[in-house]
Amino acid sequence: MSNLNELYQQVILDHNKNPKNYGQLPPPCCSAEGKNPLCGDHIDVYLTIEDGIIKDLKFEGDGCAISKASASIMTTVLKGKPVAAANEYLEMFQDLVTSDQPNEEHKGKLGKMAIFRGVHEFPTRIKCATLAWHTVKDAVAAG
Amino acid sequence: MMNQPLLQKKDNLTSIQSARLSFPALDQSVNDHPLVYFDNAATTHKPLSVLKSIDQFYSSYNSNVHRGVHSLSEKATEQYENARKSIQGFINAESAQEIIFVKGTTDAINLIAQSYGRSNIQAGDEILITEMEHHSNIVPWQILAEQNGCKLNIIPFNEKGELILENLDQLLSSKTKLVSVVHASNSLGTVNPIETIIRKAHLKGIPVLIDAAQSIQHGKIDVQKLDCDFLAFSGHKIYGPTGIGVLYGKKTLLEEMPPYQGGGDMINYVSFEKTTYNELPYKFEAGTPNIAGGIGLGAAIEFFQSYDINSIIAKEQALLKYGQKKLLEVPGLQLIGTAENKTAVFSFVLKDIHPHDIGTILNQYGIAVRTGHHCTQPVMAHYKIPATVRASLVFYNTEREIDFLVEKLHAVNEVFK
Repeated sequence: MSNLNELYQQVILDHNKNPKNYGQLPPPCCSAEGKNPLCGDHIDVYLTIEDGIIKDLKFEGDGCAISKASASIMTTVLKGKPVAAANEYLEMFQDLVTSDQPNEEHKGKLGKMAIFRGVHEFPTRIKCATLAWHTVKDAVAAG
Repeated sequence: MMNQPLLQKKDNLTSIQSARLSFPALDQSVNDHPLVYFDNAATTHKPLSVLKSIDQFYSSYNSNVHRGVHSLSEKATEQYENARKSIQGFINAESAQEIIFVKGTTDAINLIAQSYGRSNIQAGDEILITEMEHHSNIVPWQILAEQNGCKLNIIPFNEKGELILENLDQLLSSKTKLVSVVHASNSLGTVNPIETIIRKAHLKGIPVLIDAAQSIQHGKIDVQKLDCDFLAFSGHKIYGPTGIGVLYGKKTLLEEMPPYQGGGDMINYVSFEKTTYNELPYKFEAGTPNIAGGIGLGAAIEFFQSYDINSIIAKEQALLKYGQKKLLEVPGLQLIGTAENKTAVFSFVLKDIHPHDIGTILNQYGIAVRTGHHCTQPVMAHYKIPATVRASLVFYNTEREIDFLVEKLHAVNEVFK
């Protein structure tokens, strides 16, 4: 059961129960809706960007513990970062959960997000973990 | 009368219990636990006789059907057509010409929508379906509606997941040109009173298509007794291979319908000026068919008919009763779909734990369930939930497996306490 404990770590369960930055942001802000058609999960993310910096970031939606916790922790990681960092983080995160040998340097940069490495052992759940990140990318692209 | 299978019926309880031994894939470990396969509504496992029939086709008489004069082609044609006859007997169709081989239920419904629908349903006409249809009995009609301006009407269901038929006479209006209803719901398990629906529709001269994808493997279907006009099912949900299914249609209706697809095998004579079509059922079977699939489905039907259907029904209903009682012992578990008449399908939610998390944890103990909306998003919308966990059982499952599921659902509760 070690894989399972790795996946459902206490931090992930806590964020699932009490997600950070849950809710909407008032306009003007960038927003996008992310969907996982396979399971019907959806997430809305809202960003306020000032001078190329992500000033505020919120999300809401229906999803599993993995997608909810990933979104919650993501908001804490990206808040205050330059917009360009969002894509960079997405790539590092993608590498963390999909690669057999993830880049150790990225693991350090990802900080708290690194606990999602356990998802690697559950291929069907990778989309759950990355949904929020892809949605942020869409929101930024939509302006 | 239904054709009796050549094999003597294995009608006692022992043979039903030992049926499990016929399925090689059931005998394996998943994540170091014996597999508990509770995803039978998605697809059932295949008995050895089905696997052998497919292997025999490819390893000995592999050949194309309906066109060779050589011995292999003759044998392939004979076996393929014998499978059609087995299916005819199984559902008691009047003629083997009424048995059209298709890819599956979805393919069959699309065939009806595009062939029967486009030639018999016009702008302003209505098609009556139910609120509990699988997407495969919604989307083909929506595509037709976009093409010709027809409209969908819906029979609603109540909180137990039973159709509300009080207003059926009003719903069957002068504009209704077709009724297409699911016999047993894949996500709720509800078995619908299709006899009543067919009778009432026929009183107004409206033809009825039955989606039997989730009922064909759980009971006895006699198309002449039912008097349905069309009936569709998939081979892989009744112990046969994937990629093969059946559309039954009354001969008079099928004969009037235009072809669905054009190509080889479905023609009588082709010239650039004029092409004439082949007779039934070939008019609807363009191109080289899924020969191995057809033969495999024939073997599956033979396997299924080697058991007494009443013993299968009794076993599955006993599993249903047992599961309904045991699952409610899990704190916070709510069954979705509690119809009086249902198949051994347990759709449920557990507190606010997302079904995907439940499915992942159960899989770690070797338990295979389906999680998600089960291609019935209107059903999920009805209950205001995004998804359910679905355990769907057939006669090879056991009460012990249900006990193990219940034990591990307690473990899920522990993880998310």
